[in-house]
Order: sequence, then C-alpha cells, then structure tokens
Amino acid sequence: MAWFSFLAALIPLDGYGHYLHWGVINISVANFIVIVLMVVTFIAALLLPFPGRNRRKESK
Amino acid sequence: MSTSIDQQWTTRLRRRVAGKLPPEKLLPDTQPAYVSSWIYVFGVTTMSALAVVIGSGLILALRGPQWWHESSIGHFVNSLHLWSVEIFFFAMVVHLWGKFFMGAWRGGRTATWMTGVVTFLASIATAFTGYASQSNFDSQWITTQAKDGINSTGAGAFFNVLNLGQMLMWHIVLLPLAAVVLTALHVLLVRIKGVVPPYEDKVGEAQ
Ligand code: HEM
Repeated sequence: MAWFSFLAALIPLDGYGHYLHWGVINISVANFIVIVLMVVTFIAALLLPFPGRNRRKESK
Repeated sequence: MSTSIDQQWTTRLRRRVAGKLPPEKLLPDTQPAYVSSWIYVFGVTTMSALAVVIGSGLILALRGPQWWHESSIGHFVNSLHLWSVEIFFFAMVVHLWGKFFMGAWRGGRTATWMTGVVTFLASIATAFTGYASQSNFDSQWITTQAKDGINSTGAGAFFNVLNLGQMLMWHIVLLPLAAVVLTALHVLLVRIKGVVPPYEDKVGEAQ
C-alpha cells in the first residue's frame, strides 16, 4: 500500500478546500479544474480524427 | 372496412409503434458520414456511465450505510458510485455543448432536446438527494445549509431535506426511475428522428 499513501500525500484531501476569487466569481479549484477539463475534452472531440473515418470516405 | 380487430388497442398501438420505429430504425446498421466524429460519442458515454451508477447503487442498496462507511469493499463501491456520477455529468455536459452548437433541436427535434433538458434537471436533483443520503457529517452539513434555501421557496412543505428517509427514497426510487425513463425516451426520440444533419444542409433533410 506504499504507492497508495504516496498518492494520498500528493493530493492532500483532508485540509480546507482551495477557492479562486475573481470579483463576484467564487469557485473551488476542484470545480474549476473539472470545467477546464470539460472544455479541453470538447475541443479535442471536435479536432481529433475519428478512427475509420477515412475508410468510409474512400468507399463513398 | 375496419374490423373489430383493427380497433383493438393492441393492434392500433402495434401499428403506430411499427410505423414510427421499425426495427431497422431502432437498431440501424449505418449512420450518415457526419456522425463519424468524437462529439457523437458523448451520448453513449453518458448512458454507459449511468449504467455503472445504477449498478453500483444497487450494490450499495443491498448492503446499506454501515457497510459503505466501514468496510473497504464498501468504500470501493461507494467510490465507484461517486466517480461514475462524475463521469456521467462530465460526459452529459460535453454532450449538451455538442448538441447546442450543432443546433440539434432543428427539424422537429424539440422533444429530443427537451427530454435532454429535463433529464439534466432530474440528474441534478438525483445527485443532490444522493449527497443528502450519505448519512455522515458531510450530508448533515449539506442538508442543514440547503434547508433554508429550499424552505424559502415553499417547496420544503413537501420536500424536507432534513428527512433522511424521504431523501433516500427520492434518491434510490423516484429520481433514478425518472432519469432512466427519460433517457430511454430521449434515445428512442433520436432513433425516430434520425441524427440531425449539419447546418450546411437544409433543415429536416435528414440522411
Ligand atoms: C442522461 C443524460 C443523457 C443521455 C444518456 C443522452 C444520450 C443521448 C444519446 C445516446 C444520443 C444519440 C447519440 C449522440 O448524438 O450522442 C443523444 C442525442 C441527443 N441528445 Fe442526449 N443524452 C442525455 C442528455 C442530454 C441533454 C442534457 C441534452 C440537452 C439539453 C441532450 C440533447 C440531445 C439532442 C438534441 C440529441 C439529438 C441529436 C441529433 O438528433 O442529432 N441530451 N443523447
């Protein structure tokens, strides 16, 4: 379980939460990271080529 | 001439369903070329995550709070439940953004969009009642904070967040049932209408 405690030490979950403040906007770091990841996933879904796409185009 | 068999509700229902959703539309072999993009994967990802949420939830229901708080397998299944919910919402939001920028409500697909909207709202309520059902200090904090907000709307008269039994029932019976039925309807509507063509095409000219 050593690797497990190592992971736990990397991301301390027992302390107070961290928050970001920009004027009226007040958001936890965790929620902010999730939103950034969703935006990145959305853009990647639009840009990355879908496997099998070329095969289908050739047969058209 | 219509016979009495034609007028039976079973006959009429079968004809209506078969007309709107013949087997080759329900389970199609191919999709239009524009569907081969990662953005179309997020609806099924949401559905798969929902399946894991429900599966892990059933195991939690089987063993109860003491088990999920105190045993290591219980912790594991509890975490599986929480993290599949995270993936569920994550995928649902990317799906929603995709459909929004595609204008996927075009061509008579209003009901598909609206069942999506209502499923989103039902899912938020399910997650909220889930946080309220944890039966630990976290759920105590969440419910005592939420009660004033909800009571100020008047909804507290029939939806009491401090009533653990009621919150648990909403979380494990009423709201999941709503989410699953709405999801089924949502996907059937997609099948009936076919996938919306991109903006360049004329609206309604699907496939
Ligand atoms: C439980 C949550 C949901 C599940 C399981 C789900 C599932 C699906 C699936 C499997 C599809 C077809 C494949 C695809 O295009 O991805 C689809 C299509 C669609 N979804 Fe969802 N969805 C959910 C929530 C939502 C939400 C929140 C919205 C928007 C408010 C939405 C709007 C749509 C629309 C408009 C389509 C039709 C796309 C078309 O005709 O091309 N869905 N959904």
